[in-house]
Amino acid sequence: MTDPLIRARNLSVGFRIGGGLFGKSILKAVDKVDLDIEKGAFFGIVGESGSGKTTLGRALLKAVPITGGEASYTDDEVDYDLTTLDGAELKDYRKRAQLIFQDPYAALSPRMTVRDIIAEPLEVMKLTQNRRDTDARVREIAAKCRLNLEHLRRFPHAFSGGQRQRISIARALVSGPKFIVADESVAALDVSIQADVLNLLKELQRDLGITFMFISHDLSVVAHTCDHVAVMYLGRLVETAPTRKIFAAPRHPYTRALFSAIPSLDPDSNDRAQKLEGEIPSPTNQPTGCKFHTRCPHVIDRCRKEEPALEQPGDGHEVACHRWRELMESMPA
Amino acid sequence: MTALIDVENLTLQFKTDEGLVTAVDDVSFSLNRGEVMGLVGESGSGKSVTAKSLMHLNARNAVYGPKSRITLHTDEGPIDVLSLTRPADMKVVRGGAISMIFQEPMASFAPAITIGKQMVEQLQLHAGMSKSRAKEVSVEMLDRVGISDAARRFNQYAFELSGGMRQRAMIAMALSTRPKLLIADEPTTALDVTIQAQVIDLMKDLVDEFHMGIIFITHDLGVVAQTADKVSVMYLGRLIEEGPVRPVIRDAKHPYTQGLLAALPKLDNLDAPLTPVPGDIPSPLDRPSGCVFHTRCPKYLGDECRLQEPRNRMAAPDHRVACHIYSGDGHD
Repeated sequence: MTDPLIRARNLSVGFRIGGGLFGKSILKAVDKVDLDIEKGAFFGIVGESGSGKTTLGRALLKAVPITGGEASYTDDEVDYDLTTLDGAELKDYRKRAQLIFQDPYAALSPRMTVRDIIAEPLEVMKLTQNRRDTDARVREIAAKCRLNLEHLRRFPHAFSGGQRQRISIARALVSGPKFIVADESVAALDVSIQADVLNLLKELQRDLGITFMFISHDLSVVAHTCDHVAVMYLGRLVETAPTRKIFAAPRHPYTRALFSAIPSLDPDSNDRAQKLEGEIPSPTNQPTGCKFHTRCPHVIDRCRKEEPALEQPGDGHEVACHRWRELMESMPA
Repeated sequence: MTALIDVENLTLQFKTDEGLVTAVDDVSFSLNRGEVMGLVGESGSGKSVTAKSLMHLNARNAVYGPKSRITLHTDEGPIDVLSLTRPADMKVVRGGAISMIFQEPMASFAPAITIGKQMVEQLQLHAGMSKSRAKEVSVEMLDRVGISDAARRFNQYAFELSGGMRQRAMIAMALSTRPKLLIADEPTTALDVTIQAQVIDLMKDLVDEFHMGIIFITHDLGVVAQTADKVSVMYLGRLIEEGPVRPVIRDAKHPYTQGLLAALPKLDNLDAPLTPVPGDIPSPLDRPSGCVFHTRCPKYLGDECRLQEPRNRMAAPDHRVACHIYSGDGHD
């Protein structure tokens, strides 16, 4: 097997906050995360607000500083250590790794034409020599994102949400990235449009070999688009597996609870049994031991004291829970 | 069943610089006490504007159609909502017989006034309670919606509560005046999925307990399936399908409803391809002629759909659909 495109070991991101009674404290947004994203993967990161999924994505793009652990990016041409990357190499990495935002209404400048929006990265990164090259590249990418020539002359306000998101995608693609972080990229779109954008992203993965990190709170969307899923809770990665495995038999009690909380389309299903009490604790005041223990229906004393490590049982389905084996045996999948 | 509200031929346009924009087009429905209606639609479908009309709460540039009529049935007799003009009369409806909760609870609470003070104020105003009685009722209500340590929360500000707590407090505030009708506009959309599940369960329990009617506005058909007794689907201001929740979700008749259901990623079949509804939602400034959905409809029949507005047909008892494909033999 070749090296993964993205590899993280013990990756942590902390933010210094406040000046309370005990002086400044550190908010651990991402806490010792181990992660391998294989080349060409569509890798989903799932979690609720405050789980650290966005911060993890930003850290891998070098948009927030990594404060602990290791992270690397390896493609066919370069091998970068993301913790120390700077200067010319960092500039080069910006071409290779791009971000698509959640809100296509906020992400596009209202004063620029679509052509200029898509061309801007080329000009800033000096990727094309002259206007003719730039235009050719913009047209090529626009066509891939199903935007036509007439669209390029217009301003963003003339477009619907789905079209705007295709413009955002074109802008992210224009520098020819190998790695794209899509942060809640369909969350702001209407259901009838959402599938169209998801299909486009999958097409780009397939046709251009781009590796995606797809951050979402919507499990059904992740189930349908990603080939691999990682679940985060309060900065920790609690479970990761190929999509089919995790949806067929989730091992972590939090993952199970997340799945059972999705409102079913069947009006007669009434599954209140596994619903979680309480809310995700504040990241400034994290529980000891397993971070999920305050809401876990299966908590035992050990969970309060000892933080579970991410176990690797050898089948590619990793989980961080002291009791997962006994719970899997006692519970119907 | 006791009738709660009747909406007949509701048409609503907004005067804008670019001309009259039609937001709601000839919508009729009714709701009984103890019933939950899911009002489903995407951006620009007119679902929120429809709900606001029930409280006569739309902006000043709103123009109601001449045939529009909204009748609210109260214990004191029917009220013709759209004919209300004086603020004192409106008070009976707004915050009195009808309460509303919104998507973003942070934006709905005043940030510099405690939760308690806001709850007490509306009880004094609408229920004519004394201050001390209003406080008792408020704390009881906060406790009822599952806010722990209600007496302490009563004295806190909205920013001190988490998102889920805030939405619970919003529900407590809306219900403390004992409304006959609760309008919930995307009340769980901003919440995490585990919290959403809690709030949905809470709302279901409260309908039984308070025996009110709820209009649940959402774009999420899963949420509708889990909460509503009946569903109305809107597209570009038109009510295109309505009926009891089971037939509408299991056997949707309108191509748009079918498309919405097909576009949803389903967990029980990961291999099913995601099928978008083709095209984009047209701008309300540029409403299609005939059937408003014809520009995106996979079952487009030609001139009939392009030029003629489809009329409502009964697909089954209580299950109405407005689509030309059912105009042929055997469907009428």
